[in-house]
Amino acid sequence: MSYLDLANLEKSFGATRVVRDFTLGVDKGEFISLLGPSGCGKTTVLRMVAGFEMPTAGAIRIDGQSVTDLPPNRRQIGMVFQAYALFPNLTVAENVSFGLKVQGVARAERDTRVAEMLDLIGLPDLGARYPFQLSGGQQQRVALARALAPRPRVLLLDEPLSALDAKVRVSLRSEIRAIQRDLGITTIFVTHDQEEAMSISDRIVVMNGGIAEQVGAPFQIYNRPATRFVAQFVGTLNTLQARLVDPARGTVALGDSVVTLDRVVDRPAGSTLTLALRPEALRLGHVPDHDAVLPARIAEVEFLGSVIRVRAEVGGNLLSLDTFNRPDAPPPAPGSQVHLFAAGRDFILLDD
Amino acid sequence: MIRSSRLWSWIAFALGAAYFLLPLAGMFEFSLRARRGEYSFQAYQNVLGDPQFLATFGYSVLMAGFTIVLGVLIVAPTAFWVRLKLPGLRPVIEFVTLLPLVIPPIVIVFGYIRLYNTSSWLPMTGSALGTDILLMCGYATLSLPYMYRAVDTGLRTIDIRTLTEAAQSLGAGWITILGRLILPNVFVAVMSGAFLTFAIVIGEYVFAALLNRPAFGPYMVWMGSNKAYEPAALAVIAFSITWACMALIQLATRFQKFTKASR
Ligand SMILES: Nc1ncnc2c1ncn2[C@@H]1O[C@H](COP(=O)(O)OP(=O)(O)OP(=O)(O)O)[C@@H](O)[C@H]1O
Ligand SMILES: [Mg+2]
Repeated sequence: MSYLDLANLEKSFGATRVVRDFTLGVDKGEFISLLGPSGCGKTTVLRMVAGFEMPTAGAIRIDGQSVTDLPPNRRQIGMVFQAYALFPNLTVAENVSFGLKVQGVARAERDTRVAEMLDLIGLPDLGARYPFQLSGGQQQRVALARALAPRPRVLLLDEPLSALDAKVRVSLRSEIRAIQRDLGITTIFVTHDQEEAMSISDRIVVMNGGIAEQVGAPFQIYNRPATRFVAQFVGTLNTLQARLVDPARGTVALGDSVVTLDRVVDRPAGSTLTLALRPEALRLGHVPDHDAVLPARIAEVEFLGSVIRVRAEVGGNLLSLDTFNRPDAPPPAPGSQVHLFAAGRDFILLDD
Repeated sequence: MIRSSRLWSWIAFALGAAYFLLPLAGMFEFSLRARRGEYSFQAYQNVLGDPQFLATFGYSVLMAGFTIVLGVLIVAPTAFWVRLKLPGLRPVIEFVTLLPLVIPPIVIVFGYIRLYNTSSWLPMTGSALGTDILLMCGYATLSLPYMYRAVDTGLRTIDIRTLTEAAQSLGAGWITILGRLILPNVFVAVMSGAFLTFAIVIGEYVFAALLNRPAFGPYMVWMGSNKAYEPAALAVIAFSITWACMALIQLATRFQKFTKASR
């Protein structure tokens, strides 16, 4: 049994069902991200775990004990908000010690813990400042320290980085992950930024319309998306039409080449399939065992540094492909005719 | 063009100032004439030396203090709760808090006397303490429109929902949230509500007179109908107290360390 258990959670506001049959088990010390487009119910799930919303149906258990009916202040859950939500009338140190004070922890112990937390977030000298005297990134660190100080059983973060600028966002997210690993705290992180979710999570829950479409490690979500929505929401995707030749062996006709997907396709021979390819699965030069060959015309070339993103026109469709930069091989010129290569096992079959 | 529009603003300002200040200046000048043929503070000495003045003023200040506490205790949690959980009820609550402006105090006080007289189920008017409590409730009612608006405006300036949720997730209960977070953050607003309450209680006549309590309002009226120069001195004193209160609020705002950012 998992440490944090969400069983068949449902939430309706009036007649609209915002979360449906949401089931998730989170292991102790695991870092889970809820990823999905705006309005898909991520915040609602998080708020049900925190106790701010009452589920319409379903149960929430922490460490085997049901907390579904506990008020938020008795759940021992730490929460970090997008808007920081530091108490403006308290100093940084007072903010961090707030939870401890509420618990009745003695003064000396509180001070030690506050110093420890401020060290952890790398702001040991700012204890006497007021929130308005801090930058956004610093405020969010303090909010993290405040949530962690009372040693919560679960840490919840609702888009904690979206109010920050790009650079701080990237450095703070790895910092959050490092602190989380350090403390071994079970964490749910909400974001609509797929790169953010992929880079720091043990597992990702991709949500759409109140449903968990897929739960899995970033590698699995990206390479083996379970649904068309997941495939399209996570990462960039090229889609191609192909005709099924042999369902049992998984061979399809794609343009002039015959490609073998490494799976059985549960469809009648001759039906049209939608296949998808990640940009990095397409190659410009020939590679052994890449049996799909697509004649193409280079449309544009974006030099991104370590990666070069090429857009090529194949039978009227624009496909993206990524190659690594190599100083001895300049990128192809726009307008030139090339062949693109792909391996059968890299194709993702999108169900219609 | 800019110069002339500034000139007009100054003229408008001067007219407004004269409108308010001239009567005050006249009253002040009059209050200094207690002795024939010279300016003196005789009237002030008479007023301040009157044991009645000290007794009634002290009583009213004390009542004002209790009224403010009662008002804050009623209004702050209500306004907070309505904003947090029942935003749909806000127009209703606002309407209710406006009622004391519509219903004359005389009606309220007769209501009190009918309900709580010595032969009623709860004979509040039977003892001095009981009557004081009634008086305090009456004062709190009168100050409700001002207190509620002040506190509600203060609450609008902070994100009470997120702050409340942050505090709840840290284990805080409602009393901690109100006392440690909400009230300190709307302190300035509460102060201005408190100041208005103070001004209302100090000058109130109807409640105190009909409930027969030794308050400052009836004393002022009595003074006004029996003396010549002393009422003017009394009015000047009352104004000074009011302005001192205002200055105190300004100071409180100035010294609140954590709100500099919003200025
Ligand atoms: N208190 C509420 N009353 C009515 N509807 C609500 C309430 N809270 C959320 N909703 C609705 O529930 C749906 C999901 O909201 P939620 O905040 O969980 O989305 P989200 O995934 O967090 O989106 P975002 O990325 O924009 O934050 C939305 O359509 C929203 O309008
Ligand atoms: Mg959200």
